[in-house]
Amino acid sequence: MPANTAITPSTLSQRDLPWQIDWDIQTCTLCGRCTAVCPVNAIEFGTFRKRTLFTPPLGLSDNRSQGLQHKPSSSSSVYYGIRQRTDPAYACIGCAMCNMVCPNNAIRPVKSESTDLLRFHRDRGGQPRTRGGRRNSGDSVLDQIKFMRISMLTDPALDAGRHEFELRTLIGRVLPPAEALKTQREKGWMPPVREIYPLMIGSMSFGALSPNMWEGLQMGVAYLNEELGMPVRMCTGEGGCPPRLLRSRFMKYVILQIASGYFGWDEIVHAIPHMKEDPCAVEIKYGQGAKPGDGGLLQWHKVNQLIAAIRGVPPGVSLPSPPTHQTKYSIEEAVAKMIQSMSMAWGFRVPVYPKISASSTSLAVLNNLTRNPYAAGLAIDGEDGGTGAAYNVSMNHMGHPIASNLRDCYLNLVKLGKQNELPIIAGGGTGKNGNLAANAAALIMLGASAVQIGKYVMQAASGCLGSEGDRCNICNIGRCPKGITSQDPRLYRRLDPEQVAERVVDMYVGFDTELKKIVAPLGRSTSLPIGMSDALGIADRSAAERLQIKYVV
Amino acid sequence: MCRLFSLTSSVPISPMRAIEALDVMKEGHDGSGIGLFLTDLAGPFQDSKHLPILSGIFTQSGVLRMEEFMSSQGFTPQYRLTLAPQDTPPPGTPKREVYLSQVFEPPSAWNGLAQEEREVLLTKTRLALRHMGQAEEDMVVFSFWPDVLMIKEVGDPMEIGRYLGLDREEVYAGRILAQGRQNTNYGINLYACHPFFIQGVSTMTNGENTAFVPIKEYLGSQGVPGYEGYQSDSEVFTHILHFTLKGLGLSLEAYKHVITPLQDDDMNAHPDRDVLYTMKQACRRLIIDGPNCVIGCLPDKTMFMVQDRKKLRPGIVGGRPGLFAFSSEACGLDAAIPERDKTKDFQPMHLDTAIVSPDCQEVRICRQTQPLPHLH
Repeated sequence: MPANTAITPSTLSQRDLPWQIDWDIQTCTLCGRCTAVCPVNAIEFGTFRKRTLFTPPLGLSDNRSQGLQHKPSSSSSVYYGIRQRTDPAYACIGCAMCNMVCPNNAIRPVKSESTDLLRFHRDRGGQPRTRGGRRNSGDSVLDQIKFMRISMLTDPALDAGRHEFELRTLIGRVLPPAEALKTQREKGWMPPVREIYPLMIGSMSFGALSPNMWEGLQMGVAYLNEELGMPVRMCTGEGGCPPRLLRSRFMKYVILQIASGYFGWDEIVHAIPHMKEDPCAVEIKYGQGAKPGDGGLLQWHKVNQLIAAIRGVPPGVSLPSPPTHQTKYSIEEAVAKMIQSMSMAWGFRVPVYPKISASSTSLAVLNNLTRNPYAAGLAIDGEDGGTGAAYNVSMNHMGHPIASNLRDCYLNLVKLGKQNELPIIAGGGTGKNGNLAANAAALIMLGASAVQIGKYVMQAASGCLGSEGDRCNICNIGRCPKGITSQDPRLYRRLDPEQVAERVVDMYVGFDTELKKIVAPLGRSTSLPIGMSDALGIADRSAAERLQIKYVV
Repeated sequence: MCRLFSLTSSVPISPMRAIEALDVMKEGHDGSGIGLFLTDLAGPFQDSKHLPILSGIFTQSGVLRMEEFMSSQGFTPQYRLTLAPQDTPPPGTPKREVYLSQVFEPPSAWNGLAQEEREVLLTKTRLALRHMGQAEEDMVVFSFWPDVLMIKEVGDPMEIGRYLGLDREEVYAGRILAQGRQNTNYGINLYACHPFFIQGVSTMTNGENTAFVPIKEYLGSQGVPGYEGYQSDSEVFTHILHFTLKGLGLSLEAYKHVITPLQDDDMNAHPDRDVLYTMKQACRRLIIDGPNCVIGCLPDKTMFMVQDRKKLRPGIVGGRPGLFAFSSEACGLDAAIPERDKTKDFQPMHLDTAIVSPDCQEVRICRQTQPLPHLH
């Protein structure tokens, strides 16, 4: 670079980027696959000119230096290679797709060892960074929890491999025993209750996920239900549901979400008379973990013809949902009216529950629900939730971790004597470090009736490249390198739905084995150990006090 | 693991017979305590069958405080049986002052009360005394109920039986539950000793209830007087039975469906599947995860034995018309009723409830897959 080139405050060197491309000229065959696959165009073919200086060697035969007789000469050569762009708009995201497609392992992204400077320049044009994905923090209280009430004295552990287990949960309002029997005897209205597998696929909308990903998940869920007898349920997220699915018998495995944008609900409402099966449940979204206080946002990149048609909007425009349901005056009113209307739409045969961000108001919403006879549960999404677009600051610095929020809610129900009546579905950061079964079991023993996962499914079932080290995180702009969250056919054709389905099934069966390995030594086999807090211990005194579990070191 | 033995007899018998059976099963308990529940009493208590009997252990000042309290509540003391042994207690047993069983005439204001109201008041009176005793450590109250005696102590069952002179005729009874305690996960505490009792319902258990904490939290939050304490994970079995009978108005046959509901296939084939589904869902918090064998006695003197779903604990029922025993070990049964027809012995499996009705003529087996008796 000439010395007088304009170097602006946001001119970055390769060293300043969080991810740097390590390219090996010796093994590169210049096939071009890496540049073709790069989702953010961080690398490009470069033509490099290299000057070689030739200095004649010193000759000693006639005691005169030959080098002093001949002038040094230089020559230039041209070679081709891979160049990393340093424009912040094209910064490498570390997804390593280049490495994945390289025949010789000649290229790979390397994480910068020092603090990157890119983070200071990501709001060019006054637009703060938005990203999809994760909080980029590996910390998790759930990972520190141990299961320790293992009785070796009076009772030998159960055999996780051979014993019978019935680890199901209920979604829907469960009446108190006396009232339930009375209602049953008098043939009154019994709130709908579904018996499901305690690990649910949380809300990731059809607009957020690619058609192939969605199809794969649905196929996997159908297989789990119909072939393996595991009643796994999947939530749609906002944005509606493909019309063919709405009218199919697979609807019973789906939880439909209605959010403040009401996207896709025209289609759903029109399909109600033609539905062969009721949906498993309806989830009303008030908040989500990754961006508490924000609405949803599907950025224009992902609103193609198909998504636009299903959502009933023009293609190519960003689709923000407002943070509140704009037709409602307050959360109390919204909860009451929305639950009532949704229940009524399906003849009071479908459980309807709200989903909120874990927050300081979770308890208020919960208390509201306990007095609402139509409320079927409460989903709480902790700060680690979310795949869709959120501002950096929301994702990193807002929200409430799930463990203590869930515990507060559960203990509140215990105080009211309603802990078996209103199921709490917990999500947000479950399995973020790969410990899915342990995290889910900890949440259940802290009081969750069911656990929902989103990111983990994407990572396990379709090979999402994201990690808690700010890797990838471009789910929001529709350029997902694996085709998971892209609506561009050139990208999502990379993902084979059949293989996604296969991985979903593998993941669930694997989870089931691990869950049994956790509950069997605790002596639990015939009911889900919801609230079995005496089994939990943690080596952090403050966490133990806060969660009301044992302090162990 | 605790050893359990119970007798149901048409003629009153000595509790020592049950204790002798426990002694035979001694290798299974460490002699850390004994609990006895006696009902269908003979002797002097027979004359006042309808009047509540207070059973507990007191200090001298505790007796005075108790009398003062009872008198302030309007109770009139009647017949009193005290066990105040003079000799040195066996090793491991503390020296107590008064083992008391006292009959009381309820206040006259209770005369017009309905049976249920009287029952709640009796429970509240017992709880008030228990709380007073816990504060001052001068009384431990096990029961306050008509025709029920309870005796609990720390130490070897046989030695305590002899020490307290339990072969005396005053404590002969038609129904006896006896537990030889194996102190395991929890501290030694007289309130942690089986059998547990609430309003005529008594049960005792061996094994370990791994679902204890959620069940305890649920029962404790229902606002029912008496659902408290929980010094032992087995106490919830008594309260679940009480909840089933009195809270839900169901029969003993339904108890098994509450604590160990049927699984899907059996449920679908059951003639009462709708009721059972409702029960399974609504009573989900009361599902026990065992492994446990539960032996109990109902207010009408029916005795029973059930197993948890895993059926990992022993339990055997046998006897002859007029005398049946429920035992955690076959050797205990052999020792107590050697003359029975052993081919008719029954070991309940995971779907069974073995029941001996008050007439004490036969062991009836109720299997969960059978229709429920008509619900009233």
